[in-house]
Amino acid sequence: MGKANVFDLLGPIMVGPSSSHTAGAVRLGAMARKIFNGELAEARILLHGSFAETGKGHGTNLALVAGLLQMKPDDERISRALELAEEYGLKVSFAKTDLGDVHPNTVKFMLQSPEDRQMEITGSSIGGGRIVITEIDQFVVEIPGDYHTLVLLHQDLPGVVAQATNLLATAQINIAQMRVSREKKGAQALTVVETDQAIEPAALALMRKLPSVFQAMAIEPLE
Amino acid sequence: MLAYEDLVHQAEKKNLKIGQVVILDQSEQLEQTEAELRRRMAENLQVMRDSVKIGLTGERKSLSGMVGGDAAKVEARRARGESLVGDPVNKAIARALAVSEVNASMGKIVAAPTAGSSGVLPAVLLTVEEVYQATEDDVITALFTAAGLGVVIADRANVSGAEGGCQAEIGSATAMAAAAAVELAGGTPRAGAHAAAIALKSMLGLVCDPVAGLVEVPCVKRNATGATLALAAAEMALAGVKSAIPLDEVIDTMEAVGRQMPCALRETAQGGLAITPTGRKVHADFL
Ligand code: SF4
Repeated sequence: MGKANVFDLLGPIMVGPSSSHTAGAVRLGAMARKIFNGELAEARILLHGSFAETGKGHGTNLALVAGLLQMKPDDERISRALELAEEYGLKVSFAKTDLGDVHPNTVKFMLQSPEDRQMEITGSSIGGGRIVITEIDQFVVEIPGDYHTLVLLHQDLPGVVAQATNLLATAQINIAQMRVSREKKGAQALTVVETDQAIEPAALALMRKLPSVFQAMAIEPLE
Repeated sequence: MLAYEDLVHQAEKKNLKIGQVVILDQSEQLEQTEAELRRRMAENLQVMRDSVKIGLTGERKSLSGMVGGDAAKVEARRARGESLVGDPVNKAIARALAVSEVNASMGKIVAAPTAGSSGVLPAVLLTVEEVYQATEDDVITALFTAAGLGVVIADRANVSGAEGGCQAEIGSATAMAAAAAVELAGGTPRAGAHAAAIALKSMLGLVCDPVAGLVEVPCVKRNATGATLALAAAEMALAGVKSAIPLDEVIDTMEAVGRQMPCALRETAQGGLAITPTGRKVHADFL
């Protein structure tokens, strides 16, 4: 038989009503939290397109917050996500926005930690519960969350990317895909590497020590 | 391209059920044992059973308030002994409404093949299970039959309202349920294919036109009518009635009709029931 398997057609087990507007929204929130990688104090959530138009009736708001609280799409507490956010001490606000020529189901998270660390993460729900993160702090990326992912913010200089991939090779971590995006030539660049194996803390520490690397983060895949 | 006809051939040649052929195939593709696959499908079945039970209590309202409580009404009429269509069909209707209402109110369901069409398959299979006193194991095998047909439909056409209209969502669910129902009722693989073809033919051209873009109206009740349609198709096929057009050709037709459907009738809420005066009012009031 072809690429889809029987559990793609019977499944996933999920909280309704919509795989794109509910299940996908939970996964977007969860992925944003994984990227933020820490406690949250405040989340401003900007809804674009169909998320803004029909999100309310699909529980998209609840689903996004549930994801930020690290719930999965089949968690029956999703409908109570706003109360749970309050208990957790997470201040949530929503606004409609126009993010321009992006997928109709797109959301921008503006996240803040209790220590005022901030991050902006944008992503889209592209159907059947699948998602893609498209922007992190102004940098254009493409992270579907299916793989272990290494994100490097570094000086846009020759050799930096090669040094990083060498470190991965030494750590026996196989690269599935890699993309580089930069602000402007010679300035900062963002490299996203999807890998088959988990990125060990030791390898990550070595990345951070590379002279031209400002920031390195390892993101686990969504389940 | 995948063909359901191949599954029927293999089943006939090896004297197996379609579901067993599908398990063998998937065991290879997913590199999992039959026991593992059955365990995963049993999990789906349990969630299906739970969603039926929860929905029948009628205590849930959807986010917009448009749907909820109808499964309980249908069940109550049957319990009073007043059913027009008799117990099995009444129960299938109530069960399909139940799962769809749970879905619309942010409860847990199994997408089958989508969340919007999640009521058809559990309604039909649990009803056939009851009528024929089928074993849990046989119900699980029948779920593999349904899913196997789903894989074929996804390959030759699609199961997305945005791509192919509601014929691709509830239409596919209805065809999957019909094939699985025939198997669970003791029919041949060939009869199952005829049932699925008859069911899908009856759904051709069905547009996706959700009011206010919500998976509520007409979605919830279409699950119930889809379930009865699957039972009618299975009843015909079990009696030896054949579909003049073979299943794979019907699936291809569904795909072609979907391509001919204007965008307004494919989940954009810009046509069909969504733009009736009442549909527009609901949209305006709610959002
Ligand atoms: S009308 Fe559209 S949204 Fe509703 S069940 Fe059919 S395909 Fe799904």
